[in-house]
Amino acid sequence: MIALLRRDLRLATRAGGGFGLGVAFFLILCTLVPFGIGPDRGALAPVAPGILWVGALLSCLLSLDRIFALDHEDGSLDLLATAPLPLEGAVAVKALAHWITTGLPLILAAPVFGVLLQLPGRAMPWLLASLLIGTPALSMLGAFGAAITVGLRRGGMLLSLLVLPLYIPTLIFGAEITRRGAEGAGTATPLLFLAGITLAVMALIPFAAAAALRVNLR
Amino acid sequence: MSIWEYANPTKFMRTTDRLLPWLVVGAVIGCVAGVVWGFLTPEDFRQGSTVKIVFLHVPAAMMAINIWVMMLIASLIWIIRRHHVSALAAKAAAPIGAVMTLIALATGAIWGQPMWGTWWEWDPRLTSFLILFLFYVGYIALWSAIEDPDSAADLTGVLCLVGSVFALLSRYAVLFWNQGLHQGASLSVAPGERMSAVYRYPLYLSMLGFFLLFLALLVIRTRTEIRRRRLAALQAREMRA
Repeated sequence: MIALLRRDLRLATRAGGGFGLGVAFFLILCTLVPFGIGPDRGALAPVAPGILWVGALLSCLLSLDRIFALDHEDGSLDLLATAPLPLEGAVAVKALAHWITTGLPLILAAPVFGVLLQLPGRAMPWLLASLLIGTPALSMLGAFGAAITVGLRRGGMLLSLLVLPLYIPTLIFGAEITRRGAEGAGTATPLLFLAGITLAVMALIPFAAAAALRVNLR
Repeated sequence: MSIWEYANPTKFMRTTDRLLPWLVVGAVIGCVAGVVWGFLTPEDFRQGSTVKIVFLHVPAAMMAINIWVMMLIASLIWIIRRHHVSALAAKAAAPIGAVMTLIALATGAIWGQPMWGTWWEWDPRLTSFLILFLFYVGYIALWSAIEDPDSAADLTGVLCLVGSVFALLSRYAVLFWNQGLHQGASLSVAPGERMSAVYRYPLYLSMLGFFLLFLALLVIRTRTEIRRRRLAALQAREMRA
């Protein structure tokens, strides 16, 4: 498993691996929003939690099709499926690699983007906490969507259509945590809900994704 | 005699061939009579004549949810017991469910405009219906994107299972996110909230009509899918010969 993780990380960070593209996309989004809404602090601050979370969702979506597509093309996915490691484990590791290469940089960069969007300072820890808890679920659900669409020639559009509705609960609770943090309200309830969703997704989705992969490799 | 006999396409075709005219007649009678009777009901003292749209809105909304449940059950039967008719029925039901969701949303908007003063409100019920519609669209798109019919049935089945969990989750997550404008259950049995009998009986009738309409459409569409599958098999045999 660790070998697979290291291999995926190495592939992602090489030239052409698309490492950092998600963060760049996030930066562009946060630059575009003030042009659309106006530079006024009073207008930006209330929408900042939502924009930051939607941005995280979209930049996560950007690199989803890479999770399995390249391995499917060169045949290494078939090797993974016949390897002693259960396919469920391989899916989990690949989702983890996706999270490390897109989710983690996003979290590290999020405070900067929060400042750009005039997010109040006291919401910053909650933004980080909600992203830290929520983004693993995004990567895992994305792996499921990628597993379903891996055999399709033009799966990209379909992938976003399938995956984005699945992101709704995570988005609701994640943005709610940040918004409550900005208002100084209690955040325990949405935080627990978000953690519950993420844990359930990490526990169950690998099985669904592996089932979809087996169908596609048949 | 067990229900699994209908998993045999030939048996299914023979039975539905006899059943279909009754379903169609029942659906037409139920829908027309329910809506017309509903239209003749007296005006509500607060909502005026707009209340009459309830005879389209509630049955469509009810079917929109129940069709997804039916697709879930059919997908489970396909995944567990590999009956092709079941997978084809799930495929055939999806567009009907999507249209029912659209009808519920559209009639709701038309009703909401005079009553709430807005076409759309980000109310939990409205929002979860919109999300349900997105799930229908994704499901239909996935069916049409995959060429191999068995893989398509498997993958959409898995999507339907995961989607059901998340549709339910979203349904309750949106409660957290916004408070509602929409009333509670329409057919509440709690005293004092119960709908007057004047409206209730026509509503029951049009719900029955919508249910039969769904069954009739489902049977027609499933038969089409079975015939299409047979045609493909014949063509494949032709190609080999």
